[in-house]
Amino acid sequence: MAKILAVDDSASMRQMVSFTLKAAGHTVTDAADGQQALNIAKTQSFDLVLTDVNMPVMDGLTLTKNLRGLPAYRFTPILVLTTEAGMDKKQEGRAAGATGWLVKPFNPDQLLATIKKVLG
Amino acid sequence: MSIDISQFHDVFFEESFEGLDAMEGGLLDLDVGAADVEAINTIFRAAHSIKGGAGTFGFMSVSEFTHVMETMLDEMRNGQREVTGESTNLLLESVDVLREMLTAVQQKTETDDERIAEVRTKLEAMMSGEDNVAEDVTETTSEVAVDDEEDGSASQGWFITFRPHQHLLQTGNDPVRMLRELDSLGDLSVEVLDDKLPPFSDLEPEDSYLAWNLTLKGDIPKEDVVEIFEWVDDDCDLEIVELMSEESDSGSTEEAEKQEAIEPEVVEVDASITSEPEVAISTPEAAPAAAPKAAAKAKAAPAPAASSIRVGTDKVDSLINLVGELVITQSMLSQIGDNFTPEMLPQLIDGLAQLERNSREMQEGIMRIRMLPISFAFNRFPRLVHDMTDKMGKKVELKLTGEQTELDKTVMEKIGDPLVHLVRNSLDHGLETPEVRLAAGKSETGLLQLKAFHQGGNIVIEIHDDGAGLNEEKILGKAVEKGLVDAEEILSPEKIHDLIFLPGFSTADVVTDVSGRGVGMDVVRKNINSLGGTVEVVSKRGEGSVFTIRLPLTLAIMDGQTIRVADESYIIPLISIIETLEVKTSEIKRVSGKGELYPLRDEYVPVIRMYDVFNLTPKTTDLEEGLLVIVEGEGQKVGLFIDDLLGQQQVVIKSLETNYRKVVGVSGATILGDGTVALILDVPGLMALYREPSLALVVNNDQAA
Repeated sequence: MAKILAVDDSASMRQMVSFTLKAAGHTVTDAADGQQALNIAKTQSFDLVLTDVNMPVMDGLTLTKNLRGLPAYRFTPILVLTTEAGMDKKQEGRAAGATGWLVKPFNPDQLLATIKKVLG
Repeated sequence: MSIDISQFHDVFFEESFEGLDAMEGGLLDLDVGAADVEAINTIFRAAHSIKGGAGTFGFMSVSEFTHVMETMLDEMRNGQREVTGESTNLLLESVDVLREMLTAVQQKTETDDERIAEVRTKLEAMMSGEDNVAEDVTETTSEVAVDDEEDGSASQGWFITFRPHQHLLQTGNDPVRMLRELDSLGDLSVEVLDDKLPPFSDLEPEDSYLAWNLTLKGDIPKEDVVEIFEWVDDDCDLEIVELMSEESDSGSTEEAEKQEAIEPEVVEVDASITSEPEVAISTPEAAPAAAPKAAAKAKAAPAPAASSIRVGTDKVDSLINLVGELVITQSMLSQIGDNFTPEMLPQLIDGLAQLERNSREMQEGIMRIRMLPISFAFNRFPRLVHDMTDKMGKKVELKLTGEQTELDKTVMEKIGDPLVHLVRNSLDHGLETPEVRLAAGKSETGLLQLKAFHQGGNIVIEIHDDGAGLNEEKILGKAVEKGLVDAEEILSPEKIHDLIFLPGFSTADVVTDVSGRGVGMDVVRKNINSLGGTVEVVSKRGEGSVFTIRLPLTLAIMDGQTIRVADESYIIPLISIIETLEVKTSEIKRVSGKGELYPLRDEYVPVIRMYDVFNLTPKTTDLEEGLLVIVEGEGQKVGLFIDDLLGQQQVVIKSLETNYRKVVGVSGATILGDGTVALILDVPGLMALYREPSLALVVNNDQAA
């Protein structure tokens, strides 16, 4: 089972994601913005990072860029949770170094299926 | 796995309402024409979160409505749309609609679909000419650059050439993962292309050099194949060709012929795939790009949420700390008790003093849990002032101070309406139009201030305006007209100002829709009094008015003065006591019909003999042998004749009404240290009883009936 860092400024999303992942047996650490996540990522290692895009303090794309700059996260799967706002966001995500994306809204099953894709 | 996401609804509603407040506040602060990008960003983010959450938790109507707002905000923050007063107002209106929608969803009530549609149409009309909505719909379809024909149809299978770019691994994607996934879809044969593999000495371990020809046989929809490469289609060369039954062989052999070198690689990769085919994913239908429609439907309605309160962790931590100390004190005391000798008395006394301190701190700590910053009551005013001044053509700056001042939650809930009334009153009657202000030599923009602060055991809320002030002649004229005062009576300015709190008083020349809807200041005063508070006004013609509200910090505990009447103990709220005197019988004036009066400086104060009120057998009827407590309620003073003062203490108020019934002159009861029950006196009630002794009977009859 994997160690996952889940980042979202919305408490309900954070709870839903954490709960779902924990129920599937993963270990989850959560953070409410990119900066918090980056600080945590520097002191621990994770098998997967799930991050929202739009967040205060530091957004998910900046977080992704910063993580890719850290040696420990060069190959770590990073999935961004985006809304259907369009291709731009996906292109930006790719440019920032994200592995893939999960389009909001998603339900717990879709989340787990996507996670399996990168952890499988 | 099935997870009931309705368990996250409460959190979602809570954060959404917070988000709406943030949006409202942000919109009100936006400077038309020169809006700060970060400010718009904050508003956008709140809308964005609500949309995302609403979609996730199955509230599609909320999500769709927010989407339109979000699109508009997105244009604003990108500088594609100017921030105008009009658009800000429309967004504010949308915030209202959204709040109603969320409330309706939360409480499972009906939404006002007409209004929603109306506002939505307005939003869309404002944005017309730019079809962002249409764009979004098309975007969710497949965007992978592959042959488009026969999308979705089943076939014999697929021949795939997959050539990752060198940096693919650095996106966190792993070709092996994708090959496994393909394998789970059907019968996969893999052929490695290592033509780009450099000599070992030039090989960068972090780059990918290999490519694959993949033959996937089976009745597999193309989307499923496309989806596997969805995340990497920009980071690889990808070709997906449908297999024709005959061509399939020739195709792959052709490719195979080209690549006959290095066998070991092929075997290795092949083995890793075929040896564990079951590891792969079994639910490929969960295509992220196709997800929006499939959002989960909320099931079982959660029971209406019990009234809850959010408490800062610091408060909880300090309580836990206090409980810890209490436990230490307890163990210390029980140690002393185990083998107590008289010499240990000082230790026992110390321990008890510590226990007293602990319980007092616990009490304060627990009371603090119910305390909320007054910003909860204040935060509606920026919007209210914005909307009202807009409507009235006035210019008003609102200044809030002391928003962090804490107040009991119940008091907070009940003070909201009186506050709104006073603010409306200041805006409507107090502050003048820009023209009038300029003519009076004042600045064009009026200033309305809301201040909250602690004073003694009270919280004070002041509403200042630098408007016209109260018009004394007009008030007096009105009061005379309504028969509230005698025309000959000479009143001080303060007394005249106080007239506005009398029932049936309204000076509004015309009843506007802003204030003066028949609810007068008397109701404001009544509501505040019912919270144990007071309201008064100080005003100066031409300079403005200040309304001051004083409220007890909490309704559950108060500082009380214990008194003795005959053999009974009673509590008088400390806040209503002005002074306590020993009187001489000779000072008392007897007035027919009004009973006894005591001359307190320049006024006469009626004397109420408490043993009469409660039908007790007095120890003495001689005023010189007891004490006269001067108390004030509703602006009037009265002297209570009692036997003795006992002590001051904080008392926990127990409602008499819920346990027994309403009794005029008594606001509640409490339990004293010795276990006896003492009634808490209600000073305004006692005064009413004094003026109208039959009140006690009336209530009794009511209750009996």
